[in-house]
Amino acid sequence: MTSNPDRIPRPDAPPPLLFEQSHPGACAVSLPAADVPTVKPASVIPADLLAAVPPPLPEIGELDLVRHFTRLAHRLFSVDANFYPLGSCTMKYNPKINERAAAMPGFTNLHPLQADEDVQGMLGLLHTLQTALAEIAGLADVTLQPAAGAHGEMTGLMLINAWHRSRGETRTKVLAPDTAHGTNPASCTVCGRHAIPIKSLPNGRVDLDDLRKRVDEQTAAMMITNPNTAGLFDSHIADIAEIVHGAGALLYLDGANMNAILGVARPGDFGVDVMHYNVHKTFSTPHGCGGPGAGPVAVRAGLERFLPTPHIVRRDDGTYALDHDRPDSIGKVRSFYGQTGVLIRAYAYIAALGPEGLRDVSEKAVLAANYVAARLKGHFAFPFEGPYAHEFLIVPQLTQHGVTELDVAKRLIDFGIHPPTMSWPVAHCLMIEPTETESLATLDAFANTLIHIANEAATQPDRLHSAPQHAPVTRLDEVGAARKPELRWRAAEPQDKSAGQQEPPPRIHKA
Amino acid sequence: MPVPADRRYTKTHEWHLPADGLVTIGITQFAADELTDITYVELPKIGQTIQAGAPFGEIESVKATGDLNSGVSGTVKEINENLAGAPELVNSDPFGAAWMIKVAIDNPAELDALLSAEDYERMIAG
Repeated sequence: MTSNPDRIPRPDAPPPLLFEQSHPGACAVSLPAADVPTVKPASVIPADLLAAVPPPLPEIGELDLVRHFTRLAHRLFSVDANFYPLGSCTMKYNPKINERAAAMPGFTNLHPLQADEDVQGMLGLLHTLQTALAEIAGLADVTLQPAAGAHGEMTGLMLINAWHRSRGETRTKVLAPDTAHGTNPASCTVCGRHAIPIKSLPNGRVDLDDLRKRVDEQTAAMMITNPNTAGLFDSHIADIAEIVHGAGALLYLDGANMNAILGVARPGDFGVDVMHYNVHKTFSTPHGCGGPGAGPVAVRAGLERFLPTPHIVRRDDGTYALDHDRPDSIGKVRSFYGQTGVLIRAYAYIAALGPEGLRDVSEKAVLAANYVAARLKGHFAFPFEGPYAHEFLIVPQLTQHGVTELDVAKRLIDFGIHPPTMSWPVAHCLMIEPTETESLATLDAFANTLIHIANEAATQPDRLHSAPQHAPVTRLDEVGAARKPELRWRAAEPQDKSAGQQEPPPRIHKA
Repeated sequence: MPVPADRRYTKTHEWHLPADGLVTIGITQFAADELTDITYVELPKIGQTIQAGAPFGEIESVKATGDLNSGVSGTVKEINENLAGAPELVNSDPFGAAWMIKVAIDNPAELDALLSAEDYERMIAG
């Protein structure tokens, strides 16, 4: 860390750890007197398992504890407070009406083991969501059980395996373009299949010749993301579907980028047989760092009988039920109904917007991305030609100044913008996804910032190399942190008086 | 960027150097530079068999994780134990001290099928 010349703690300096704020005897809670007999640990725990010295836990008063966590909370970077170009890929803006819907006591007070006739409202909502997702996909039926995108991929591949099995076949290979999300080959492996990469053309689309060469009678499916991870719609998708179907295989769509095509193109119409949604992304529910998510899977007619049990169905009398009687089903993939909190929010989002509104989401998301791309022309290199879908890639062409994509990303932090995805799916790139909800003023401010940084890179490259300068934590030693991680906090050595004017010992910031 | 002429290369940037009846495998300077600072190298166990065109290990940098692919099939006879404690060797001396494994190969013809230094140099230039 850089030292502060005035030795005055910066207001935005990292707050001390709870351990550093500890005062012997301080306590944040007053426990009532025990109303059961107390026992000494030594009388019930074997001596060799007892610590000789109690662990040095922090002792801290209630107000100091509240301030500590409130200060930390204020440091959160969120889409509610700041723009970020990570887009729906990470999490787009979540309308607050979704929260109100999900917090209704009629939903929050349900017990997952209540009888079907007691939870008609919830089952009706979930069934309507299934129907809406099937319509958006252009496919026949949907399961809401998978709890995340990758879980949806696994479920989808299990459905595909079940379909091949029903035809007396076991196929071992799954094709995926070399731009695929890493979860695609991982899901193949989890499902006992081999992932085979398919080359991309210089224009970022699937190389059909390579596909024709690799598809064979052992191919169970091709997994494709369209628009792909570089934000490019593969206009040869119908040819891809024909080649894949011609070999007796199925086409799987990774729905991570559905934000670009809602109401504009339906995967079922362009040849997809099975797909998953990331409803926590596309249909706007708050999530982060592992959840909660939901990855519903949609299937073409002919594959419905393999969907997980229980399946939510509408009976002829208009009531809803959990159908367990599905002999060809792959079985349960998630407890109870899936991630209902996420699904209620997705329902609220879809119901609030309606068909025209959803189409408007995608059109505005695509327009925003192409607008920012146009503003950046001449300042950055573009690995692929537009027009783009909801996201695009730029490459800082600044190597003559020793400036890398990492430096540009770090410098953005100084301007209050979270860095975008970096170095993927092509080397040295930054991936920009502004989403549909940003105003023109915000998009301009972002483009102006990137252009400013590109100019700075040419005139004052040191500003980028040392960025961020205006953040609580400045440039970290990422190499040192990865090669020699220090994962345990240790109390600083007591300082002697003569050292009083030196800077305080560096604090350890580790994940 | 130097590409030693005494060895053969894969399109996935591994070099293969035959010597004393074994083939030594490592990654090229180009690959090391693209990966940036290497933080971890996972190698197979001695005695393990490896296949041409298939991964034999993994490499991690601050930027990416990737497979280490073999251009030859055979049995692992030696591994470079130094890389566990000093993965930075891959950045500083990829063609020398950062060799990864030594393999007794099944079919010498596989080695001839790999890229020459000249072909590899042309590939990374293009």
